[in-house]
Amino acid sequence: MASPIGYSPHINNPHPQDGDKPHPQDRDKPHPQDRDKPHPYMPMLESLQSALQLEFMRNAIIAGILVSIACGIIGTFVVVNRIVFISGGIAHAAYGGIGLAIFFRFNPLLGAIFFSLLSGIAMAVVERRTNERKDTIIGTLWAMGMSIGIILIDLTRGYKANLMNYLFGSILAVPKQDLWLMLILDLVILLMVCLLYKELLAISFDPVFATTRNLPVDSLYLLLISAISLTIVMVMQVVGLIMVIALLTIPPAIANQYVRGMIPMMILGSLLGMAFILVGLILSFLFNLTSGATIILVAGTTYFLSYLFQFFFPRKLSVP
Amino acid sequence: MVERVIDIKGVHFGYGKSWVLEDINFQVNEGDFIGVIGPNGGGKTTLIKVILGLLKPQKGQVFIRGYPVEKGRKFIGYVPQAIEFDRAFPISVQDVVRMGRLSQNRLLKPYNQKDEKIVQECLEKVEMWHLRHHCIGELSGGERQRVYIARALATKPHILLLDEPTANVDSKVQNNIYELLRQLNEHITILLVSHDLGAISRHVKTIACLNRRLYYHGDKLITPEMLEATYNCPIDLIAHGIPHRVFPPHQ
Repeated sequence: MASPIGYSPHINNPHPQDGDKPHPQDRDKPHPQDRDKPHPYMPMLESLQSALQLEFMRNAIIAGILVSIACGIIGTFVVVNRIVFISGGIAHAAYGGIGLAIFFRFNPLLGAIFFSLLSGIAMAVVERRTNERKDTIIGTLWAMGMSIGIILIDLTRGYKANLMNYLFGSILAVPKQDLWLMLILDLVILLMVCLLYKELLAISFDPVFATTRNLPVDSLYLLLISAISLTIVMVMQVVGLIMVIALLTIPPAIANQYVRGMIPMMILGSLLGMAFILVGLILSFLFNLTSGATIILVAGTTYFLSYLFQFFFPRKLSVP
Repeated sequence: MVERVIDIKGVHFGYGKSWVLEDINFQVNEGDFIGVIGPNGGGKTTLIKVILGLLKPQKGQVFIRGYPVEKGRKFIGYVPQAIEFDRAFPISVQDVVRMGRLSQNRLLKPYNQKDEKIVQECLEKVEMWHLRHHCIGELSGGERQRVYIARALATKPHILLLDEPTANVDSKVQNNIYELLRQLNEHITILLVSHDLGAISRHVKTIACLNRRLYYHGDKLITPEMLEATYNCPIDLIAHGIPHRVFPPHQ
């Protein structure tokens, strides 16, 4: 990692990966990373063009595409089941697992997966089984998970850098192996949805009716929560905790305003996610802004604009 | 011989210290069209949940066509109350009705041509086929109720179980829905619960009263004793709200 906290939001941070060379054709134009001088409009676009040739930029775009697919599909279930709060809880509780892994010196990814599955199942049981105030219990689990992580890292010397990475992520510094892991996750999610789509739709829409049809409602719900937990951990690894929640909810929520089915919602949600990441990356490059935050602001602004648009011109696309 | 579709024997159920349902003994026979009435909080929804096996009674047993509920409930087409529900849920009318074709041994297998044919028949029966591509949230209360009835019919049920089928719909739509149920009753047994005594009494074949205990004599006459036990108030307070023909001749 280049910066002391392992977090490189700005494009002008020298990046250690190879492929970071100006394109031969651009030799006489301003170097993309030479951002000290103000440049006119055209060179700005050309520097963007050459930036897209950089390996870390290409990786960021590939990561964005893979992450958007996972978030578009899983986020659709999160939105229609109204478990955004549980997803936030899982994401923050996963932090406890990272702390645990750092303290006991094993792979933080394993720690995060373990803790997120555990907290996800606990929250699912709370959501479905208790008559207490569910949001209070989930909120407490959320806060405790995160605090356990912080305390365990306090007790370990010299690992603070890594933790910041999980909080904000750095889509501009995604290692290649993470891209492969993301691809595998996408394939697993696609397989699950292909095989169990009609049952997952049924338990999301009307779990009571699904129970009367003798479907294994509880097992299917736990499967869904586990898929959500895994997605959160994997995506968090790439783009950070805050962007996971944004990407899980905003693109499917916008898609929901325009289409009539869950599958179109998944497809449109994935495409919107890709568009937000691409536009956010370009803006963050052009204006020298933090990439994650720019992507989230692009997505959030679009959501509210779309909300207003739907308010004044309510209309659904007809998808048979 | 007439088949006994639902058989409830000595069922007691309570959430806490006191019984919500006490010593319920109740039989539903093939071809019946029974309306269960009772005040709010009288245990109507609890009774439905017990029949569907969603709640386990502390005492007593429930059989559906001779099977224990977990096995027998596949013969029930359940029509829930259409009030509480997420209007933005992205599901088409057709997909809602397809849910009726789900079952345990259909896991991992896609819907087939036969399913699609049944879905079409059921939607045509409730006159909702033309709205099949609409989102469920775009429908009115009465239309949504019809879709839920179609979904229940798609399970090819022996009995339809309806929870407040005409809650939140105006009286014209209410009559349409009861007319539909009357037609369906030519082939299917129907059990419904409602707090709306007036509406129910005009349409069902027989009436049961439920307020913790259940009173049912297999006919449409409501005796003053039944009413008094059910509603705990003098009969003349509610007598004006219901058609006189449900009463025995006044002395």
